Amino acid sequence: MRKTLALGIAASLMAFSAQAGDIRLDGFPDFNSHLDKIIPVYQEDHADANITYQMNNHGDHHKRLTTNLATGSGAGDIAIVDVGFIGTFINSGGFENLSGADYGADALADQFVGYAWAQGKGADGNQYGIPVDIGPGVMYYRRDALKAVGTDIDSVIKDWDSYIAYGRELKKRNIYLIADAADVAGLIIRTTVKEGEGFYFDKDGNSLITSQRFVTAFNLAKTIRDEGLDAEIGSWTNEWYDAFKSGSVATQLSGAWLLGHLQNWMAPDTAGLWGVSNLPNGIYGSWGGSFLAIPKQAKNKKEAWEFIKFMSADPRAQIAGLKNIGAFPVLTQTYTDSAFDEPIDFLAGQQGRQLFAHVAQRVPAVAPMKGDLIAEDVVLNGVLREVLNEGKPVEQALKEAERLIKRRVK
Amino acid sequence: MSDQALSPAPRSAETSHPPLPETHFIRPPKKRGRRLFNSLQPWLFISPFIIIFCLFTLFPLTFSVYLSFQEWNPVTGLSGMNYVGVQNYVEAYDDPWLWKSLYNTFWLAIVSGVPQHLIAVPVAYLLVYAVRSSLRHVLTATMFIPFITSTVAVALIFYSIYSANTGILNQMLLGASKLPLIGALFAWVPDVMPIKWLTKSDLIKPAIAAVVIWKYTGFNIVIYSAGFVTVPQDVYDAAKVDGCNRLQQFWHVALPMIRPFIFFAMTLTIIGNLQLFEEPFILTSGDTGGVGQAGLTTSYYLYLVGWEWLEMGAAAAISWILFLIIAIATSIHFYFNGRKGMEGNR
Repeated sequence: MRKTLALGIAASLMAFSAQAGDIRLDGFPDFNSHLDKIIPVYQEDHADANITYQMNNHGDHHKRLTTNLATGSGAGDIAIVDVGFIGTFINSGGFENLSGADYGADALADQFVGYAWAQGKGADGNQYGIPVDIGPGVMYYRRDALKAVGTDIDSVIKDWDSYIAYGRELKKRNIYLIADAADVAGLIIRTTVKEGEGFYFDKDGNSLITSQRFVTAFNLAKTIRDEGLDAEIGSWTNEWYDAFKSGSVATQLSGAWLLGHLQNWMAPDTAGLWGVSNLPNGIYGSWGGSFLAIPKQAKNKKEAWEFIKFMSADPRAQIAGLKNIGAFPVLTQTYTDSAFDEPIDFLAGQQGRQLFAHVAQRVPAVAPMKGDLIAEDVVLNGVLREVLNEGKPVEQALKEAERLIKRRVK
Repeated sequence: MSDQALSPAPRSAETSHPPLPETHFIRPPKKRGRRLFNSLQPWLFISPFIIIFCLFTLFPLTFSVYLSFQEWNPVTGLSGMNYVGVQNYVEAYDDPWLWKSLYNTFWLAIVSGVPQHLIAVPVAYLLVYAVRSSLRHVLTATMFIPFITSTVAVALIFYSIYSANTGILNQMLLGASKLPLIGALFAWVPDVMPIKWLTKSDLIKPAIAAVVIWKYTGFNIVIYSAGFVTVPQDVYDAAKVDGCNRLQQFWHVALPMIRPFIFFAMTLTIIGNLQLFEEPFILTSGDTGGVGQAGLTTSYYLYLVGWEWLEMGAAAAISWILFLIIAIATSIHFYFNGRKGMEGNR
């Protein structure tokens, strides 16, 4: 009995102790479709590498990673971290310092899109996350709506006034300018950040929520809502997809990745009716992005780093990501690849990827701060909706938000 | 039979038998092991429960008490905990969103709780006395289905029912306004279309309450049906002899007889409704409780604080505050209704 027990324990220990070359990547879909295709490519040069992955949906993956970091066990060798969580996670002390001598990540910096690389830096200036894809911010627009009004896209996006004027013209034709006015406020808050400031806090952790940037953003969104120019439709709802299909909404501010969703499942029948442009008012911004990081508890850090370098810094993997799942490359050298010149049928033959690459290289870097998650919830999900839906005065709403956030963020 | 026969064998009996040869009896080492085994046996049998209980109930419970006095961002690992005394409780006291969430919790508990019972009691009464028993079982089972359906599935279905532009609820209201006779009653509908059930702060709570009522009324019907079945027929016969009509029988005979069932069902409703989470969470898309936090219940808020804002200490404190409030609410219920409620069992 004792012998079988001992054998059993030994066997289970062996199962847990990873073989050299075994690494597991934890992430969320659609990364699995991408990995299935690039792992064989990686194995051509690394015959002994055995790479597995564990996918959970976006929210669950980050909750699981939180628990893994809390208890110091259960994480894979590589973790994918969404940009929304990166600020909280990289300063936690749970990830390997990739600027350290064992990794030497800083030598790679020049090859990456600047703002994305900066987002992966911790408050101590060291690199903890390596960007793997980004979402350059653009405006998708319906060409048929533009034609109906009889204007061109450059005059629409000249500034916010011209954008709203376009909305008024559209309204006469029963078309909405945008699905949700809140998107405009979110964009302005995330993009018109002064040098050296965070999104919601300055360097010393003081709240910026009652500053002019927020007042402008809120007022503009309120104008759009009050004039009835937006459809009051939330993102990722059936009504949102319907609006894309029927053309009842003329513009959508989003990341490069929305193109894949639009043409694959949201509104495939509208191919050729869409165009893509810069964001209004000469703004450069980004929507989303993912990072790769090595948890301190990882067992095969060396192999994990090799694979991270392959996924992020190897043009083959980066171009494959664009083709497999529409993940936009972070590696600037890829932007001269012929894939970027391809005319895109869905955009009526426009060379959309060139615009994405143009935008990617101009997005200013904003350092993530502790407390961004709370501030975003309270400001964008919380008081902004009260201002738009219930007519709460802007100044009062922002003051309330600031009070709430100050209590929670120390 | 004498008293002695019932009591344990008297001492004299032991001595009256000749002692058996010792070899049959005493094998010291083994016997000791066996005795130990015998005394441990019951513990062994219940150990699966005890182990699971300690791991998944007792430990988290005590750990959350400890946690409520710490400041802890879980991603910093266990070493990242800082003792902060009662700070989490003090901060909870002047947290506007916590107060908002408590108001929402009580609003939803009452508005979604009371109708459950007002509907379930008469329906159960009708099922027991006006419907054949074979049909009754089918009907009860049907009404029980919402209760055993996954809350997530239910909330998702209601989410599309409530949808402002494409939802069936608004379409039905519009349709009703066009009907010939009752159309006049719904004449106001086209003016307020589209009704944004889930994105207007004053409509979110009623919309959530409707889902909760729909889901849990069937469960109460089952409890009350079981209650009405226990009322003996002769009590009704006696009432009939005294000249009670059907309504009076219900009011003066049936209702008082099922008091313990009402007490039990109400206790479950109070505890369950004060912990409401999934319905508001899904109907507001997990989005800080919907517009103006109108759908933010306290369970929902502590989830937000713990898992979205990563402040586990503060979340633990809020969870203990919620526990205390539920305990107080239940005690008040026991104090006022307990004595009468338990009467039927005496």
